[in-house]
Amino acid sequence: MSVQAIETQTPAEAALARSFAAMQDKGAAELRRAAWAAFSRKGLPNRRVEAWHYTDLRAALRVVAPLGDAPTQASPVLEKSRAVRLVVLDGFFRPDLSDLAALPDGVAAQSLRETLAGADADVLAALAPSGLGGDDAVVALNAALMQDGVVVRIAPGLHVARPLELAILTSGGPAHGACTRSLIVAGDGSKACVIERSKALAPSGAQENHALVFAVGSNCEIEHVARIAPQGDDAIRVYSLLLALAGNSDFKSFGLIEGGGLVRRQIFARFESEDSRVAFDGVSLLRARHHADITLFIDHASARCVSRERFRTILDGEATGVFQGKVVVRPGAQKTDGAMQSKALLLSEGAAMNSKPELEIFADDVVCGHGATCGRLDADQLFYLEARGLPRREAEGLLIEGFANEAIDNVSDEAAREEFSAALRAWLAARENNQ
Amino acid sequence: MLEIKNLHVSIGDRKILEGLSLSVKAGEVAAIMGPNGTGKSTLAYVLAGREGYEVTEGEALLDGENILGLEPHQRAARGLFLAFQYPVEIPGVATMTFLKAALNAQRRARGEGEAPTPDLMKRVRAAAKGLGVDSEILKRALNAGFSGGEKKRMEILQMALLAPRFAILDETDSGLDIDALRVVADGVNALRAKDRAFLVITHYQRLLNYIRPDTVHVMARGRIMRTGGPELALELEKNGYRDYVGEAA
Repeated sequence: MSVQAIETQTPAEAALARSFAAMQDKGAAELRRAAWAAFSRKGLPNRRVEAWHYTDLRAALRVVAPLGDAPTQASPVLEKSRAVRLVVLDGFFRPDLSDLAALPDGVAAQSLRETLAGADADVLAALAPSGLGGDDAVVALNAALMQDGVVVRIAPGLHVARPLELAILTSGGPAHGACTRSLIVAGDGSKACVIERSKALAPSGAQENHALVFAVGSNCEIEHVARIAPQGDDAIRVYSLLLALAGNSDFKSFGLIEGGGLVRRQIFARFESEDSRVAFDGVSLLRARHHADITLFIDHASARCVSRERFRTILDGEATGVFQGKVVVRPGAQKTDGAMQSKALLLSEGAAMNSKPELEIFADDVVCGHGATCGRLDADQLFYLEARGLPRREAEGLLIEGFANEAIDNVSDEAAREEFSAALRAWLAARENNQ
Repeated sequence: MLEIKNLHVSIGDRKILEGLSLSVKAGEVAAIMGPNGTGKSTLAYVLAGREGYEVTEGEALLDGENILGLEPHQRAARGLFLAFQYPVEIPGVATMTFLKAALNAQRRARGEGEAPTPDLMKRVRAAAKGLGVDSEILKRALNAGFSGGEKKRMEILQMALLAPRFAILDETDSGLDIDALRVVADGVNALRAKDRAFLVITHYQRLLNYIRPDTVHVMARGRIMRTGGPELALELEKNGYRDYVGEAA
C-alpha cells in the first residue's frame, strides 16, 4: 500500500509520513488509513487554518521527533497516588507501573494495543467518534499514529468511589515523541472522577499528541480534571478531549495548564441526546515565552442541553494565550442553554492574549451568550487590599488567586481543588521570588 | 493624634485641596461636612495613600510621623483605617480568606507573627455576630453581590477586627436605610475609646444623630472653613452650605 503524500510537504510532514508508514500495520488499519488521508489533505495546521490561526503548528514543528514502537525500559519510582493509577509512559501503557489490582469490580482497563488487536467494531467506533474532532488535523494525526493508550470501561450503574488517574508521563531526554489515545467508556448510570495527569519526569523538549475520548452513557455523572504540568521551553504538546455524551448526563472537565513551550488543549464535545449538561473550565498559568491555546467546540446537537465554559488565563513575561470557543446549536436543539466565558489577566507589558468566542445558532428557542475580557489587575481592588494592610505583592497575589478561583471553585473533587490551589500558590510564590 | 498642616493636593492640573489644616485628638470623634465636590473623599484617599493624587505642599502627621510618604499598607500597619464610601468587590476571594490575610499582614508588619487560624476565625465570627453579619456571608467572595447595607457592615466589621488607632469613615451613611444606619453607628460607637480617634466624613447631618461628634468641621473649596461643636451640624442642616460656597468667585 502506498502512503498518500501531502502536496508541498514540509520536512516535518515528510517525517510524519514515515512515522505513519511504520505505524499503519499496528492495528485498526482502516481507522489509521482514513485518519492519515484526512491529515494528508490538510497537512500540519498553520495560521491560514482558522482554528489554528493563533497557534501555527507548521511553523513550530520543524523537526519531528521519532515515535517509539515499543515501551521504553524506563522504570521510574512514582509518588503514591490517592487515586487508582493507570500509567502511560513514553507512549505506551505500563501495567507494571499501574494499580491494576486496585481497580474496583466493574472497572476494566486494557491497553489500546490489545484493544485494537481485538478489532471490536464498537470500540473502534467509540475510539474515533465520527464527526467529533475529525476535521482537526492533529486529532486525525493522533488516530493515524497512536502508539498505545488505555481503554477503561466502567460498568453501567457503577459509582466508582476512588478517582481513576490516567498518568501520561514522558521520561524526558532530547526531543522525543509520544502519541497516545485513551478511551473511557462510562456505562449508563455510572458515576466517576477521572484525573488526567500529564508530566515529564525530566522536563525537556518533547512532542506529544494525546487524545482522551469519553463515551458517556445516559444518566451518568462524570468529572474529569486534568493537570498539564510544565515542560521544557521547546516542548510542543497537544491534548485533545473528545466527548460524546448521551442523554440526561452530567459531564464536567477542568484543566490546569502550567505552561512550558507550546501547549494546546482542545475540546470537542457533542450532545448525542437530550437533557444533558457539560461544564468546561480551566486555568492557564503562563510566564516566560509560554504559549497556551484553549480551543473548544461544543456541538448542541440535541435539545434541552446546558453548556458552561469558564476559562481563566494568567499571563506574565512574554507569554501568549489563546482562547477560541465555538458553540454550535443545531436546528432542533431547542431550549439550549449555553454560556461561555474567557477572562485573561495580563501581568506584564510583554504578554498577549487572543480571544475568539463564537456562537452559531440554528434553533430559535435558545439562551446563549459569551463573554471575553482581557485586562490588568484592577487599581481600585489593589488599593482596597493595600489599605487593609496587604503589601502590594501580596495584594496582587490575592487578586490573582481570586481570579483563578472563579474557575477552580467549579471543581467538585475537593482534593483536586486543593491541589490546583496549591499549584497556583506555588506559581505565585515563584513569581514573587523572581521579582 | 492626627495633625494635617496646610495640605495641598492636585489631580493633574486640578487643585482639589488648597491648604487644608485639621487636628484630631486621641479619643475624639471629628466630623467633616461639606457640599459635593469639595474634596472630602480626596482627603480620605490621600490620607490612606491612594495613587493618582499629587501632594504639592503640607503634611499629615499620625502620632507625630508624616504618613504621606508611606505605602498604603504601611499606613494601615500604623493604625490608619479607611471605611470606603464604595467598598470594592473582590470576586473569587472568600471574605474570611481576605480577613485572615489582612489581620495577619498587619500583625506581621508590627512584628507580632501570624495568629492561629482557629482563634482568628472565632474572633471574626464573634465580631460578625455583634454587627448582625450573617456568618454565611464570610464564605462568599468579598463584597461580590453584597447589598449596600451588607457592604457597609463589612467595612465596620473590618474596622472592629483591625482595631485601628485612627479611622476615617467616608460617607458611611450613603445608601443605608435607617436600620442599617443604626447598626453601623452602634458598631462605631462601640469602638470609641480614649486612644482612638475618628474622622467621620458625611454630607448629611443624619449620621451625626447616631454617631455624636465632639467637633464638626465645615469643608468647602478644599479647605476647612469653620470648626465648631455638634450644634454646627444642626445649623448646616437648616441653612445648607450656601454660606460657604458663595464666596467662590
